[in-house]
Amino acid sequence: MTAPFRKHALALATLLALAAAPFLGFGDGFALSLLARAMILGMAAVSLSLLVGGAGLVSLGHAATMGIGAYTVVAFDAAGVSEGLIVFPAAIAAAAAYALVTGAVSLRTSGVHFIMITLAFGQMAFFTTSSFSSLGGDDGYTLYARTEWLGTRILDNRLTFHFLCLGLLALVWVGGNLLLGSRFGRVLRAARENPQRALAVGFQPYPYRLVAYVMAGAVGGLAGALLANATEFVSPALLSWTRSGELLFMVILGGVGQIGGAILGALAIVLLEESLSHLMVYWRLVFGPLLVLSVLFLPDGLVGAPLRLRAAIRFASPKRRNADA
Amino acid sequence: MPDPLLELRGLSKNFGALTVTSDVSLTVLPGEIHAIIGPNGAGKTTLIHQISGTLRPDRGTIRFAGQDVTALPFERRARLGLARSFQITSIVPGFTALENVALAVQARSGSSFRFLRPVANEKALNEEARAALDTVGLGRVADRGAAALSHGEKRQLELAIAIAMNPRLLLLDEPLAGAGPEETERLIGILRELRSRYGILLVEHDMQAVFALADRISVLVYGRVIVTGTVDEIRDHPEVRTAYLGEDALA
Ligand SMILES: Nc1ncnc2c1ncn2[C@@H]1O[C@H](COP(=O)(O)OP(=O)(O)O)[C@@H](O)[C@H]1O
Ligand SMILES: [Mg+2]
Repeated sequence: MTAPFRKHALALATLLALAAAPFLGFGDGFALSLLARAMILGMAAVSLSLLVGGAGLVSLGHAATMGIGAYTVVAFDAAGVSEGLIVFPAAIAAAAAYALVTGAVSLRTSGVHFIMITLAFGQMAFFTTSSFSSLGGDDGYTLYARTEWLGTRILDNRLTFHFLCLGLLALVWVGGNLLLGSRFGRVLRAARENPQRALAVGFQPYPYRLVAYVMAGAVGGLAGALLANATEFVSPALLSWTRSGELLFMVILGGVGQIGGAILGALAIVLLEESLSHLMVYWRLVFGPLLVLSVLFLPDGLVGAPLRLRAAIRFASPKRRNADA
Repeated sequence: MPDPLLELRGLSKNFGALTVTSDVSLTVLPGEIHAIIGPNGAGKTTLIHQISGTLRPDRGTIRFAGQDVTALPFERRARLGLARSFQITSIVPGFTALENVALAVQARSGSSFRFLRPVANEKALNEEARAALDTVGLGRVADRGAAALSHGEKRQLELAIAIAMNPRLLLLDEPLAGAGPEETERLIGILRELRSRYGILLVEHDMQAVFALADRISVLVYGRVIVTGTVDEIRDHPEVRTAYLGEDALA
């Protein structure tokens, strides 16, 4: 029991901190909307981490699923529909359907080709949304009202929204971990490490990867629907490939070895972005070097940092030196 | 004579101008160890690839357990009971030894589209996997990471994986390569025990092992089977002596 607990301790602590944050001086509208953004992007990043770290599928088009989720909310809004029981399932289904179609094609390739083809599909989605003139085209669309649930406007309460996002993030994280530890997850992991071995015992990885791709897409759609509600504004920028790159950045910074890392990565980047943008104009310039440094010094990402730190301390401690002498 | 488990008929394969398999016809009977020997580059591994389904032959047919499998992909043949090992060890390094084997048990035990229940706790899978590890003498390293195993242990692990598939035919590509003398002894013992359960097509360089184990031997030279026979027939065959074994090898 202690080993898995320790493995997930950091992600768990982060979730607990997010639960406590509104009561520890981060309860104002500005802080809450920042945290909501981090949690929603964290959700999408966790689902991407499932693909990257779990299945070995480096998608550079994951933001498209988020964008499709968000645009589904917008499309219903334009049609005067804001009931969550319709809008949210529709957003999830639309993103999952996109993932099914694009995944069916993309997953026939691997490696760099997979990265390129997911990028290409993402760009197609981007340009498609830009051409929706009734939904604002390039300029984007301001939501008339947040999604309702059975006619009540509970999402308008920022605290409620905070805990809804947190609950869903926790659910996605727990679900993702269960998934990776299941029969299905074992096939994914085996096929990532050694596809030849998976085939040799009788597993064709393709259908497993496709199901994982669709699941990740569905979570991306959910995150998109939440994001539309959080910002009450949706534009094609949400689907841009830089956004996909940012999600990938979150996954890598957090650590691909564990999907919980993506939560840390998302939080770190959203908060860093916020503080840096106050400090300097060209804050994006700092991002590149930051990624380089994190890859060099934290190859296991933020989730792997405590272990690495402990090892470094043990290495440097005089006790060890004495023992060696 | 019983129906052959595996029957190759007129198998041919070229890589460009290079003929690697040339009109190969042979059979493996149930419970038989049929060894394939031949110099390096003779096309033994390529032949195994074609039988297992990782490569398509240009011509010819492969029948397995009474079914034409020539057009079936690798993983489908595996599910029919055709298990292979690789000349270059192929395991999942990030898995424990047990999980490597349990994966093979899982492949033939119901659906793997199960998403929530922790597979590591599935007793039925683990027990069968442990039994296969015990068979090859790896029981004590079951929980060790596969990457941390010695070269010989990895070879044994691959054998355990093949056994755990509950196959009807084992295709073994140089299972003794790189094994020390003790490991070789052990592996020969294991293969001898396995022969009653499966047909085995054995590609092997170690002549002592081949002569000790094989019921029949085929000699492959430049992709062509130049002779098939019993151990004694092969030992005394003049063409084999010159083409492959060399006079002194038999002295
Ligand atoms: N994919 C390939 N493309 C071209 N030539 C190949 C390929 N695979 C093997 N060969 C060649 O085919 C011949 C037979 O190889 P192989 O089957 O590995 O021989 P063996 O296992 O008997 O040593 C060798 O000359 C090898 O170089
Ligand atoms: Mg070979």
